[in-house]
Amino acid sequence: MHRWLLRGLGLGYLAMLLAAPVGVVFWRAFEHGIGPAWDAVTTPDARHAFYLTVLIAAIAVPANTVFGVVCAIAIVRRRFPGKGIVNALVDLPLALSPVVVGLAFLLLYGRGGWFGSWVSDHGIQVVFALPGMVLATIFVSLPFVVREVVPVLREIGTEQEQAASTLGASPLQTFARITLPSIRWAVAYGVVLTTARALGEFGAVSVVSGHIVGKTETLTLHVEERYQSFDYVGAYAAAVVLAMLAIGTLLAMSVFRPKEATR
Amino acid sequence: MAIVAQSVTKRFGSFTALDDVSIEVRDGSLTALLGPSGSGKSTLLRVISGLERPDSGRVLIEGADLTRQPPQKRGVGFVFQHYAAFKHMTVRENVAFGLKIRKQPRAEIRDRVAELLELVQLAGLADRYPAQLSGGQRQRMALARALAVEPKVLLLDEPFGALDARVRKELRAWLRRLHDEVHVTTIFVTHDQEEAMEIADQIVLMNRGRVEQVGGPRELYEEPQNEFVMTFVGPVNRLGDEFVRPHDIELRLEPNGESERATVERVVHLGFEVRVELRLDDGRELHAQVTREECERLEIAPGAEVFVRPRHTRVFA
Repeated sequence: MHRWLLRGLGLGYLAMLLAAPVGVVFWRAFEHGIGPAWDAVTTPDARHAFYLTVLIAAIAVPANTVFGVVCAIAIVRRRFPGKGIVNALVDLPLALSPVVVGLAFLLLYGRGGWFGSWVSDHGIQVVFALPGMVLATIFVSLPFVVREVVPVLREIGTEQEQAASTLGASPLQTFARITLPSIRWAVAYGVVLTTARALGEFGAVSVVSGHIVGKTETLTLHVEERYQSFDYVGAYAAAVVLAMLAIGTLLAMSVFRPKEATR
Repeated sequence: MAIVAQSVTKRFGSFTALDDVSIEVRDGSLTALLGPSGSGKSTLLRVISGLERPDSGRVLIEGADLTRQPPQKRGVGFVFQHYAAFKHMTVRENVAFGLKIRKQPRAEIRDRVAELLELVQLAGLADRYPAQLSGGQRQRMALARALAVEPKVLLLDEPFGALDARVRKELRAWLRRLHDEVHVTTIFVTHDQEEAMEIADQIVLMNRGRVEQVGGPRELYEEPQNEFVMTFVGPVNRLGDEFVRPHDIELRLEPNGESERATVERVVHLGFEVRVELRLDDGRELHAQVTREECERLEIAPGAEVFVRPRHTRVFA
């Protein structure tokens, strides 16, 4: 009895907060059948938004994966001045509101910003363009790989790496053959979280993008723009595409992850 | 000399782990670095392997100065107390690791690995993962892995320290036999004097970052150069400035002029031998080790009165 109550409570909570909203989105998107929904997500603007979202994720995720692994190794294995500050700074994107992040990028790279004249002198447009959106996305999705990898690196210790070095492995070989395989699931999980965050980012990207339809509009921004224009089917259909991307990421993770792997 | 360490000093912060240590290890020998924890024995082994850099001093292996070389260029095999098994590789892959790094032909690797697994009696477990092995099996795998690359020297850091007493004894005897078979110059670290005595040709006894004495097991036991060696290698009684081994105490029923009277406090049966715990009339305590026959002949029992005479004592300056 007691167990059933607990289970019911847990499932009810999840249903209310997770399943119901997602379900409603799907239901509303296909309210008038698949045709209108399909038409809504295949307009040139919607397709461009999809392309931009995937492109930004495709740049931000590898960048943060490489940085995350290097940074985690530095935090766990190296001693350097300012290590505590680096460790704290990594968490900053989690604490800072994305809108504030977007604003900060505007102030740095926008017209009259610190680096604004330098970048425009060199013919690069950062704000209201792809570079700014990529930077903002990298910023907000930065902590995940680091935070996943650090505890695993701590746990595996250095003995296996030392053993590899006595067996003739160079530092690079040791990293590729010992360290990386030992942390691969942590990296994979970090990548999934980073991807999900990059796909779903709204606040920071919204500020730096300038909302130029068909140019700097990602899927999240597209959903909002459609909604504001009273095109509910378009908004919900685009939201479904976003949800599918996220679900696909999670599924890819659980498919690649073997059953016995424990983090 | 296969291994020479010259005036090696290593500090960790304000702690001096090795204080001007020099040792020499003969080709093909089995040497024990023995000492209490914190004596610097493991640090010395790690300095020889290159896993630790000395602050000063030199390390020579087969005549070549390798002090500045990283571990992967030293040609040493290293075995860790906690195995350091590569968890994501099978036993076979673990053993093959060093050969793969050296880009040996595949067929050669396969044959060599099979041969080594035979040697360490793990042939049937080649496709298991380390998590599926017992501690003793893991350590034998680690040994095979270290031997695979045909190291010039084999370094073992408390190799049996994490195993239970019975497995430890088995592996000791097995290591000694293995060494007689493969003849690779070996240094192993231990804090267990019995282990060192049992398998080493040469023992380097260390204490507080210094070498106290170097010698064969018998030499250390019978000719200790100082109080530390005397008390660390084997049981000992202290009578004022004099040290005496328990088996060098004669027990008799009658006084003979040199003997002192004592009361038996406790009798501990150790199989063939018996440990007799005694209290002298002046309150000092000591224990003697006698055979069971002797014990029966003298009718030693708690509360009995005996006369003790140290046959052989030592005094250190």
